[in-house]
Amino acid sequence: MFHRESGVFKTSYGADMALYPLPIAKWTVVVLALIFVVIVPLTVHEYYLSILNLIFIAIVGALGLNILVGYTGQISIGHGAFMSVGAYTAANLAVKLGLPFWLTLPAGGLMAALIGVIVGMPSLRIKGLYLAIATLAGQLIIEWTINHVPAISGGAQASIEVGRPNLFGFTFNTQGRLYFFLLFFAVVAIVATLNLVRSRIGRAFVAVRDQDIAAEIIGINIYRYKLLAFAISSFYAGVCGVLYTYYFGIANYEQFQLIVSIDYLAMIIIGGLGSVLGTIFGAIFVTLLPIVIRIFMENVGSLFFTTAEMANVISGLRLGVFGGLIIFFLIVEPEGLNRLWRNIRSYFRVWPFSY
Amino acid sequence: MSEDLEFAFALVLSGASIGLMYSLIALGFVLVYKATDAINFAQGEFVMLAGLIVVTALGFEAPLIAAVVVVVLAMIGFSFGLEKVVLRPLLGRPVVAVIMATIGVAAVLRGWGPLIFGIETRNLPLPIGDEPIAIGPASLPPIQVVGAAVALLFFVVFNWFFKKSRMGVAMRAVADNQQVAQAMGINVERYFALAWAMAGIVSALGGVVWGSMLGVDVQLALVGLKVFPVVILGGLDSIGGALVGGLIIGIVESLAAGYLDPYVGGGTKDFAPYVLMILVLMVRPYGIFGRRQIERV
Repeated sequence: MFHRESGVFKTSYGADMALYPLPIAKWTVVVLALIFVVIVPLTVHEYYLSILNLIFIAIVGALGLNILVGYTGQISIGHGAFMSVGAYTAANLAVKLGLPFWLTLPAGGLMAALIGVIVGMPSLRIKGLYLAIATLAGQLIIEWTINHVPAISGGAQASIEVGRPNLFGFTFNTQGRLYFFLLFFAVVAIVATLNLVRSRIGRAFVAVRDQDIAAEIIGINIYRYKLLAFAISSFYAGVCGVLYTYYFGIANYEQFQLIVSIDYLAMIIIGGLGSVLGTIFGAIFVTLLPIVIRIFMENVGSLFFTTAEMANVISGLRLGVFGGLIIFFLIVEPEGLNRLWRNIRSYFRVWPFSY
Repeated sequence: MSEDLEFAFALVLSGASIGLMYSLIALGFVLVYKATDAINFAQGEFVMLAGLIVVTALGFEAPLIAAVVVVVLAMIGFSFGLEKVVLRPLLGRPVVAVIMATIGVAAVLRGWGPLIFGIETRNLPLPIGDEPIAIGPASLPPIQVVGAAVALLFFVVFNWFFKKSRMGVAMRAVADNQQVAQAMGINVERYFALAWAMAGIVSALGGVVWGSMLGVDVQLALVGLKVFPVVILGGLDSIGGALVGGLIIGIVESLAAGYLDPYVGGGTKDFAPYVLMILVLMVRPYGIFGRRQIERV
């Protein structure tokens, strides 16, 4: 039978904080796991797998940014640069020292966390606008440094080629294999974030976001938690950068420019600030949007534009639509897609007796 | 003068004129921040839009003066509408929301601007020739002289406006305390709109001079990235600060390019201002002339 609830009857904090609020949630997770681990890789075409792979990487990075912006209320316009720090750290370690991915990946994350803490340092003294500008400066300085120091960037093109990840002699060299590789990290990131935000640390983050002075009074060391938020967030960003590097087989600073930081901000705003599910929606949405725009323009736009113009038109359209969506969601639905989903769900949860 | 000194003089001179042109753009940012507390991350895109409108108007065989009038009117209308549609609904929301909304505006302008007005880089010729103008032992391209002159003119005008004119005084009152200003019978909403309109005018002329110097395409928006070092250094709400900050950033950038570029292989111009800005943020976040009203944590 369908399990139906008729209200909130939780009697302990344990029940309130549980990962699975309803028994049906457990089954949902089992079904999702079955779909993603068994059914999708067996049935879905390689091209669509590659899109899913990009979504998985985006989820990791967007979760990190949401921990910082959505949960802790600090802003960062420098996440693209943190990703590049992770990417180049991993690429250098993999190529120069020949380390395997299970060492370079955490190394890239840690390096990004270190840089993130340094860039986040001003957040201890200033906030809001000033922090936004400081992280913007961080982005530009890191971009410049990578581009101008051959020891990091590996020479003229500022890019380093990296081999495919390899585990116990098994190489993840096709989209289907990379799918499992990236799925694993996306799931780890999701579960880690879910657990982080309901832990002591996550609640401290939310307290700092909502009212930092009050948070300090109830005994939260806000300096520590702000830096921690920057560290965790940039760790995710670094890992995301490493995943990009292994996915594309190359570390290139052009993948991590200012525009990428804005893409990721768009993800969390469209998806929903301070929500893990919303982050996933946002990552899916923002990854699919350019693909949809491209397919649309290739079919419809070819009537109006030549092939040469098309690339410019598509990239312009993509940016314009992103910006429009950011503004739209900020004004109309600040809680993003997650709120829309919650509205739909709570409608059906008590359906048909909604009163 | 010895050769070294001459080199330094040339660098400082060129840096100062570029710096004045930076302060012209920074002025738009400061005006809006001063009056409405809103932060405009799209200032560079405003300049780009203005440049695009001018070259498009010139493309229709309009005389330069008509094109400038068109762009000023268009930018006033645009910034007016932007305030109404995007920023008004965000009043009272956290500052992060405003920042991200203007980043969204920046993305929209960067995306749609070239689609509507054309993608290719176009020249914006001003009738001033390209014969360098000699100043002492150094010389400057005429466009830089014109840009610096326009910037200085604006500073004189705005200085008069805020010190003497009735509207300027009312605007300062709004900036100082909105509630008290309202109690004194000042229509605060109208002055918000006026501040944005003035930012529009400044961006329009910024678009003309910068567009004429760099050529008009999407890359013109990158000028806006230099606004932040300028306003942080000078103080976010100080018009004089924008002037001094612009001069300092321009000179620092020019000296860095002149003396450091040979050692690191170029590009220090885009790097030095931000390092300076980070230092200022750590030591004196309200800038040289800014009000010490930063909310500390």
